[in-house]
Amino acid sequence: MTTAIADAGHTPGVRYGSISQGRRRTLYWSYFFLILFVIVFLTPPVYMFITSLKSSAEISAASNPWWVYNPTLSNYADLLTQKTYLIFFRNSAVVSLCVVTITMLISVLAAFSPRMKFWGSATLATGVFLAYLIPDTLVFIPLFKTFAFIHDKRGIELINHWWVLIILLPTLTVPFCTWIMIGYFASIPKELDEAALIDGAVYPDADKIFIPVALPGIIAAMIFCFTVSWANFLYGLAFTTSADQLTLPVGIVTTLIRGDVYAWGQIMTGALLGAAPPLIIYAFLMDYYIAGLTAGATKG
Amino acid sequence: MADVVARDLTLSTAHRRLTMQKFVRRKSTIAFFMCLPLILVVACLVVYPAFYSISLAMMNKSMQHFVGFGNFAFLLKRNTFWMVVEQTVLFAVTAVIFKALIGFIAAHFVHNLPAKGQRKWRGMLLIPWVIPPAMSTLAWFWLFDPSYSAFNWVFAQLGIPQVAWLGNPYWARFAVILVNVWVGSPFFLIMYLAALKSVPEQLHEAAMIDGASWWQKIWYINLPMMSNIIQITALFSLIVTFANFDIVKILTNGGPVDQTHVFATWAFNWAISGNDIPLGASVSLFMAPILALAAVLILRNVRQRGNEA
Repeated sequence: MTTAIADAGHTPGVRYGSISQGRRRTLYWSYFFLILFVIVFLTPPVYMFITSLKSSAEISAASNPWWVYNPTLSNYADLLTQKTYLIFFRNSAVVSLCVVTITMLISVLAAFSPRMKFWGSATLATGVFLAYLIPDTLVFIPLFKTFAFIHDKRGIELINHWWVLIILLPTLTVPFCTWIMIGYFASIPKELDEAALIDGAVYPDADKIFIPVALPGIIAAMIFCFTVSWANFLYGLAFTTSADQLTLPVGIVTTLIRGDVYAWGQIMTGALLGAAPPLIIYAFLMDYYIAGLTAGATKG
Repeated sequence: MADVVARDLTLSTAHRRLTMQKFVRRKSTIAFFMCLPLILVVACLVVYPAFYSISLAMMNKSMQHFVGFGNFAFLLKRNTFWMVVEQTVLFAVTAVIFKALIGFIAAHFVHNLPAKGQRKWRGMLLIPWVIPPAMSTLAWFWLFDPSYSAFNWVFAQLGIPQVAWLGNPYWARFAVILVNVWVGSPFFLIMYLAALKSVPEQLHEAAMIDGASWWQKIWYINLPMMSNIIQITALFSLIVTFANFDIVKILTNGGPVDQTHVFATWAFNWAISGNDIPLGASVSLFMAPILALAAVLILRNVRQRGNEA
């Protein structure tokens, strides 16, 4: 760029030429550094994949760890026929789907209400935001104690059941999704509601007009809700212990790593398969994902 | 004025106004009921536990007696506690700074590309953020493995001495920060890219005519224009990083000799593994002041942004 400016004094033709030259140079450098970034960013997942294709013998051999000499699918076969792993998968899937359903029912309703300008709508947005900022690491201890207390008083055993995560995870997803959707819905012009009202629409009809426009925001919130509940590690680790009650992240960390005998091929396979559902959703719905990400913080 | 208008009102419009009022009143009632499930969930599962942890923190281990600030006093006297405070602050601040820097730089590189190609690169660069942290941390753990470290293999080929990634306290601290930066930078990248796109192109054109260098353009145009989003994103990330659990728990579980513990993992070890719920609650409560400060700052920023718009 600086050379472009320096040349500017001579002839107009040269100036244009060197500007585009400068642009091309910035472009090449951008590609160069982006490739470096991509290599660094993708090393762990790629290494996961490399290890997942290796047999235990090859892993413990002193050969190049970055290359697969005898690729094998035995880790995948072993894991997908192992009952415990399938149970982890099922637990995670059922928990995540239930949490998504519950969260969306609660959040869509709540996020829609500020558009009606009722007396508490400003307070509601701030409150949701503050609730979203309270991390799971702060509330899991009192919740654990509360559940133990419920067990003592009422005899209902809540700890060490996978379904208890369906009660727990909304603590994270409900404020988060409501926040994202309030942000997204706020970007939809108010005139749309008013137009619907002038046209004589009663509220259910307004929903029919509003919901299709709001759909990208709702989808983004759903994706986040799923990702958060699928990835959650703390609640599962604190509240469930028996092998058949664990979700995928907790199951892989606590049961596949047995003492010092690390079955790394299997662990990496398990982790990769565990990362697959969010990655697949992301691959197909990337634009919604990014829209939701930026709506959460920028349109507050 | 109102009187003049009122005099001209026909019976039918007065009637319509009345029903409108009723409608508005009904609307706010509906709105309240729509928020009710949210309010219940937040009250029972977030607000109540947050306050309950304060009362829990004032109990003795068996939760029979009230000990006031006994747990806090006990913690303040322990060296490990101060080490945890130091490590948490070091971990969170360093990680956020590096995430912001990497995100800022990478966002500029992506922004330089032609609009068509950006989507592909953005897609690849966001992958670390999409993988559940527990899973990717396992991959890092395996990359850092003491006997089969793939990094050490590369070092050996290059003749660089081997590194005890998770065995040496300093390297272990470096490792947890590195993994956190790896997980979090894509988020910054996306936020900063969105902010960068909202910087008007005319400003860059004007700067180019004035002979500004690329560095001056970043410093005098992009940075001030993006400052609000830079701050909000950094504060958000500060909260999340400060309360981080997954990475430290899986990568080092606080070791070697408690050198890498952060509040969340230390609280977990007391409350769940050590069965001392009140002490765990008091450890986790030390996160609250910093979280509250960050929350206030974010809210102020968001409001400011609202006023500017």
